[in-house]
Amino acid sequence: MSDDILIKARDLSVHYPLSGGKLFGPKPVVKACEGVNLDIAKGSFFGLVGESGSGKTTLGRACLKAAPITRGTVRYKDEDVSYDLTQIDKEQLTDYRKRSQLIFQDPYAALSPRMTVRDIIAEPLEVMGLTSSREETDERVREIAAKCRLNLEHLRRFPHAFSGGQRQRISIARALVSRPHFVVADESVAALDVSIQADVLNLLKEIQAEMGLTFLFISHDLSVVAHVCDHVAVMYLGRLVESAPTRELFAAPRHPYTKALLSAIPSLDPDAPKTAQKLEGEIPSPTNPPPGCKFQTRCPNAIDICRVDEPKLEHSSTGHEVACHRWQDLMD
Amino acid sequence: MSRLLDVENLTLQFDTDEGRITAVDNVSFTLEAGEVMGLVGESGSGKSVTAKALMKLNASNAHYLDDTNITLHLEDGPVDIMSLKSSRDLKVIRGGAISMIFQEPMASFAPAITIGDQMVEQLQIHTDMNAKRAKEVSIEMLDRVGISDASTRFRQYAFELSGGMRQRAMIAMALSTKPKLLIADEPTTALDVTIQAQVIDLMKDLVSEFGMGIVFITHDLGVIAQTADKVAVMYLGRLVEQGAVRDVIRNPSHPYTKGLIAALPSLDDLDQPLSPIPGDIPSPLERPPGCVFNTRCSANMGAICSRDIPQFSTVSDTHQVACHLFKQGDAT
Repeated sequence: MSDDILIKARDLSVHYPLSGGKLFGPKPVVKACEGVNLDIAKGSFFGLVGESGSGKTTLGRACLKAAPITRGTVRYKDEDVSYDLTQIDKEQLTDYRKRSQLIFQDPYAALSPRMTVRDIIAEPLEVMGLTSSREETDERVREIAAKCRLNLEHLRRFPHAFSGGQRQRISIARALVSRPHFVVADESVAALDVSIQADVLNLLKEIQAEMGLTFLFISHDLSVVAHVCDHVAVMYLGRLVESAPTRELFAAPRHPYTKALLSAIPSLDPDAPKTAQKLEGEIPSPTNPPPGCKFQTRCPNAIDICRVDEPKLEHSSTGHEVACHRWQDLMD
Repeated sequence: MSRLLDVENLTLQFDTDEGRITAVDNVSFTLEAGEVMGLVGESGSGKSVTAKALMKLNASNAHYLDDTNITLHLEDGPVDIMSLKSSRDLKVIRGGAISMIFQEPMASFAPAITIGDQMVEQLQIHTDMNAKRAKEVSIEMLDRVGISDASTRFRQYAFELSGGMRQRAMIAMALSTKPKLLIADEPTTALDVTIQAQVIDLMKDLVSEFGMGIVFITHDLGVIAQTADKVAVMYLGRLVEQGAVRDVIRNPSHPYTKGLIAALPSLDDLDQPLSPIPGDIPSPLERPPGCVFNTRCSANMGAICSRDIPQFSTVSDTHQVACHLFKQGDAT
């Protein structure tokens, strides 16, 4: 893995306007993603975790220029090209679409029931004009299908004939057939059974190593992220609250939210000691976020300063970043 | 503890366009009052269908085989559920003695009727309370499950509540008729981990307070370890292993149970590779002869497994497994 940064986001904000508000006053907005700095190293498996409503999907889409970027920049820098996604022109965007892909969560909804698996996988090649003849298209489809452990017999069938795990492998094949460099996997294993989930995760890892891909892996499941990602960022209410190399994050989490997420995972040991700090309440509505630290309403350690000042992301030499006023007091 | 439920030889078949399929095959289990039984398995293993059979909620193309026997022991004497035919007779158990919580609370509440009206309606059907008393009881229950400002929530619609709140309201509604048996079908699967932890705690409190029996369906063994007293593992319509939760999770004896546990990403050892169960669960149209798991089993012994249906053998007083491997005296 090299230290080159493939995706670099600075002060990235995505706001969605809401209907309503005063006639001539400012329109209310949902700050789905606010002031996020993110560095995704080339060839890494980057995990993004958080509860529903934390803005992780929005951030992933902003990196693909599939969400409107309100403020800040996202830069994609590969060997030969460098695009600023906020000022990208049409020609560059067409090229960026070939270089970046998205794998969806629900393999039952993502595949057209009227197309054969071969046509589903071939569609990106045809739309982007990446192949010049049908033979070449077929060759590419067969190649990627083999990588995703689909056989030739499968290619002639329709999606309804497949189980969840097989469908997800078809979605992966479709995303990878254009040979992208950057792939966003949005909750790609959340809809699968554990036995199948392990299989799809192993497949993603294998393909990543083989094709030298960079993954942004979005998930709410910390134990999954722990196993596949090199680096993990934790989001809460549109903000990045902690970001660290995986081992470091799981060995010594610094943000109270990360600690709470970790302790909320049900243990396989029926007699596991209940030292867990349970979070009260739920994630506040992003239309009306609390002042100060966004986590203060649920944080067991909140003090006065947390209710007024929003903490900044603090860097450290190990690459462990945290946005909390009190993380140092709470370490012992 | 007193016996609450006896299920003997439950066999359930469905008529479909492709022929008659067996969804549940000769399943027997018992449940005591105040006991929580976890029912685990992949999608397609028949766990939801089994649970619905307890209330005869399956679609009209369902056929129960003749030696199926389900007895619910109530204070006024045992009820033979299979003999109940008209919806009037079934009213005693549906929503009365047995309540059910579903996976997706948004889909289970009527969208155009307030939460309160739905709660009052079922109380008036199943008890002799008047509207005023029913309202008091409903608000009391909402308060009991940790919904703040219950009298306001009582007047709201399902879409106005967050996911965790909806699931709490669902639990309040299911428990307000004081059922003897609660069926919880993946009640925490759609929730975030932090909310899941809250709901699990709530359900534990309610069991000790109301003393009802619970059949808890989930595919998450971690949730089972934290909530259940005993566990039954299902695969393709058959029970393959059952016993006390500590026995089954610490000393899994069926290759399928072992596979399920090995496939779980563990936070204790991040280097441990994820090991999926190979292959997919076969379609119920193509049920393998002999042991239903033989097509995916890593310990397949050949002829005996694909010919004879394994019977339950005893691992310990509180632990049984249906596997040929075990009958031959090779427990490892």
